[in-house]
Amino acid sequence: MIYLDNASTTKVSDKVVEVMVPYYSEVYANCSSLHEFGQKAKEKLEDCRQRVARVFNAKSREIYFTSGGTESDNQAILSAAQIGIRQEKKHIITTKFEHHAVLNVLNKLKQQGFTITYLDVNSNGIIKIEDLEKAITPQTVLVSIMFANNEIGTIQPIKEIGRVCKEHKVLFHTDAVQAVGNEKIDVDELGIDMLSLSAHKFHGPKGVGVLYARSNVPLTQFIVGGSQENNRRAGTENLPGIVGMVAALEAAYKDLDTKNQRLKKMRDKLFDELSKIPHSAINGDREHRLCSNFSMCFEGIEGESLLLLLSDKGICASSGSACTSGSLAPSHVLLSIGRPHEVAHGSLRLTLSRYTTEDEINKVIEAVPQVVAYLRSISPVWDELEKGVRKHVI
Amino acid sequence: MLYSEKVMDHFRNPRNVGEIEDADAIGEVGNARCGDIMRVYLKVENDIIVDVKFMTFGCGSAIATSSMATELIKGKPISQALELTNQAVVEALDGLPDYKLHCSVLAEGAVKAAIKNYYDRNNIPYDPEAFKNIAD
Repeated sequence: MIYLDNASTTKVSDKVVEVMVPYYSEVYANCSSLHEFGQKAKEKLEDCRQRVARVFNAKSREIYFTSGGTESDNQAILSAAQIGIRQEKKHIITTKFEHHAVLNVLNKLKQQGFTITYLDVNSNGIIKIEDLEKAITPQTVLVSIMFANNEIGTIQPIKEIGRVCKEHKVLFHTDAVQAVGNEKIDVDELGIDMLSLSAHKFHGPKGVGVLYARSNVPLTQFIVGGSQENNRRAGTENLPGIVGMVAALEAAYKDLDTKNQRLKKMRDKLFDELSKIPHSAINGDREHRLCSNFSMCFEGIEGESLLLLLSDKGICASSGSACTSGSLAPSHVLLSIGRPHEVAHGSLRLTLSRYTTEDEINKVIEAVPQVVAYLRSISPVWDELEKGVRKHVI
Repeated sequence: MLYSEKVMDHFRNPRNVGEIEDADAIGEVGNARCGDIMRVYLKVENDIIVDVKFMTFGCGSAIATSSMATELIKGKPISQALELTNQAVVEALDGLPDYKLHCSVLAEGAVKAAIKNYYDRNNIPYDPEAFKNIAD
């Protein structure tokens, strides 16, 4: 099996599994228990908090453990909304191509009287900083812009966004779920007030994540119950998950540059070789993107059938096509960079990890053109494109 | 599994895929914007569908339902092909996920659009009601 769906989730590394096990079977006490056994677990929890903080140049007390990216995004945005309600500032700025964990929370806030501005991400999948500056009003309480996009991997000008937000005294949240483990992040240098991350995207376990919130940002407790996480997030801490996440996080940053160089080389080879397929196009800026992300559209075919045929060849890929998601509309991300519906249906995303090998990439380079050519041979759309009845878009 | 073995079989090895150059009728339904287009070609002799071929742009179930629909009408009299329903296509494929049912509706529509085209080309009178709800 060739696994190239690492933006969806990753293999938990053997080392991570190994460090987690003792926290299920040996140090299994509740971190809130007063006995020595419980205190041992609590000590480990706080050690983990400190180690996460160190990775992002944050303070320990600014790290909140959550169940993952969705919860962190939800809490960050809803906490900012509470601040907005208190200060009578009910305007939030985001982009058209955020993850649904952000977009759907904002949809709910709209019903509560918030105004949302959706910044254009242009054909290269990157916002223009001038657009952000123009969008900020005295009523703006929050800017929520993802670090790197989940489908096309484009990286936003986070430092400039942070600077603009600071100048206008607006909170800045970034959904960094795809970026953590792939990009260096210093929350002070980048001016980030809140950041969401999820462990399973960087070879950690599922069901655990972090919300970083700068010490002057009051979080609202949304999961209500006990006083865990400094009264900001109730529920017994998932210590084995947290221990695994920290091990995965540290491992990700230990050899980041060498890993990224390796991935970029393989990713670029995919772009170079698969761009030879006629009427294909790279989605998003080729350079300002995660080293692990490949995304292209192929005209005249539909993504789900492409994925199923690649799966038959042992290749796990993904697509922004409608048919893979259960809705009729194709990916909002591909539409946001200006791909017409009929082209957006024919997308392919391949996302690499440190376990990806050159041999696997070579096999993909052989398989994709074959599958695309076959699907085109039975496609009435391609037939019309070839006969000139329909005009090529890419 | 998302799809039944039968759906996967018809997706992987579609029957009657291709084009009939001198077709007696062609029907096409769907649109690229929505991600599905099916085109059906018919060869008719003495009111019998002696050959049928299809081309489809779409997901796995779009290709499988096209394949099954053509199998169900091949060698049949036109009047019988006209009775093809999307439920018959779904049953023959051992079911489809709910949100993929529209593919079977499209397959029924493509067959009917081809038959209507045959009637129109040959000035054969027909009841327009029979083609009222062709999917698009």
